[in-house]
Amino acid sequence: MLTAATLALLVTVALALARAAYGPSVFDRLQAASTIGTCAMLLLALLGFLNGRPEFLDLALTYGLLNVIGIIAVLKFIHLGRLVNKSAENVEDA
Amino acid sequence: MIRTLASALALYSIWLLLSGMFVPFLLAAGFCCAIAIKLFSRRLNAIAEETEVLELNWVKLVAYYPWLIKETVLAAWDVSKRILNPRLPISPALVEFAPSQKTDLGLVIHANSITLTPGTISVEVEHGRFLVHALTEEGALSLAGSEMDRRCAELEVV
Amino acid sequence: MNMLIDILSGVFLAGGAFFCLVGSIGLIRMPDFYTRMQAASVTETLGAGLMLIGLILHAGLTLVAAKLAIMGLLILLASPTSSHALAKAALMSGLKPLLGPRGSKKEVPPSKP
Repeated sequence: MLTAATLALLVTVALALARAAYGPSVFDRLQAASTIGTCAMLLLALLGFLNGRPEFLDLALTYGLLNVIGIIAVLKFIHLGRLVNKSAENVEDA
Repeated sequence: MIRTLASALALYSIWLLLSGMFVPFLLAAGFCCAIAIKLFSRRLNAIAEETEVLELNWVKLVAYYPWLIKETVLAAWDVSKRILNPRLPISPALVEFAPSQKTDLGLVIHANSITLTPGTISVEVEHGRFLVHALTEEGALSLAGSEMDRRCAELEVV
Repeated sequence: MNMLIDILSGVFLAGGAFFCLVGSIGLIRMPDFYTRMQAASVTETLGAGLMLIGLILHAGLTLVAAKLAIMGLLILLASPTSSHALAKAALMSGLKPLLGPRGSKKEVPPSKP
């Protein structure tokens, strides 16, 4: 069953990748990237069980955290054109 | 000071949970890391100085999450049926309504629950105004004054 | 008893795999960005949730199960936040949602303050 679930997840990633490659707007691509991130997290957990190596779970946790931070960083970049808040920069200068 | 110690202890327990190895060196290393993170975050001013953030009705919160999971499963099943239906019976709608929560935390829990439920996504969140995108017209109309709204309002301590 | 837990975990894993697939099919089939997001949230909630429950049953009462539960909590709290940020950014950048029943091609601009 673990193998079957892994295969299903790989198909999911492939479909999301198709959307990321085709997606008309940048937000479609980001949504696809976030879906791929969730799937990658699950894939890492499943691989840990398949190989009998529970350390993979730590990688999965880290990947999940990075996924959220990554999406928000990209959105902030799209929104502001840069990663640092203007007001925060001013505070630093003062 | 007490808050600093409490959060350092929380960090330490997360370390213990994730490491799972209880040899003296790792226990000591974890303790040092927890203290170091506290010092760094204080230097960065990363932790806001608000103390009354987590005032919630915890008993009701414990009852709320199982109910939310049940709702999420039902909504996800409905959305899945629509996705697999060859005619794709959707009628997307964008609605605005006034949530009844007063505190920031209540609003955040409500908006988070709306987004977690497949079929509805909160787009804009302000005091007294939610803008929500829904996959179906019925889903959009059932949002204002819903059971979720009532339950989230009950979580607040005013 | 062991057998029962194995079967139960298999059922949960299969359910999770099914809903992940359904979500990604929706990601391909849906007509515009906002509806695609709704489809993707099926993958993120029910697909991931069922799969994690299956893995927890497979692992039994160990530290591994606790880590899987933390992963579930992370999905429960963080994934709606990033979807909300995504939807808000899309609306603010002027991406109009497709509204009304399918086929009617009625595009009502969202009310902006």
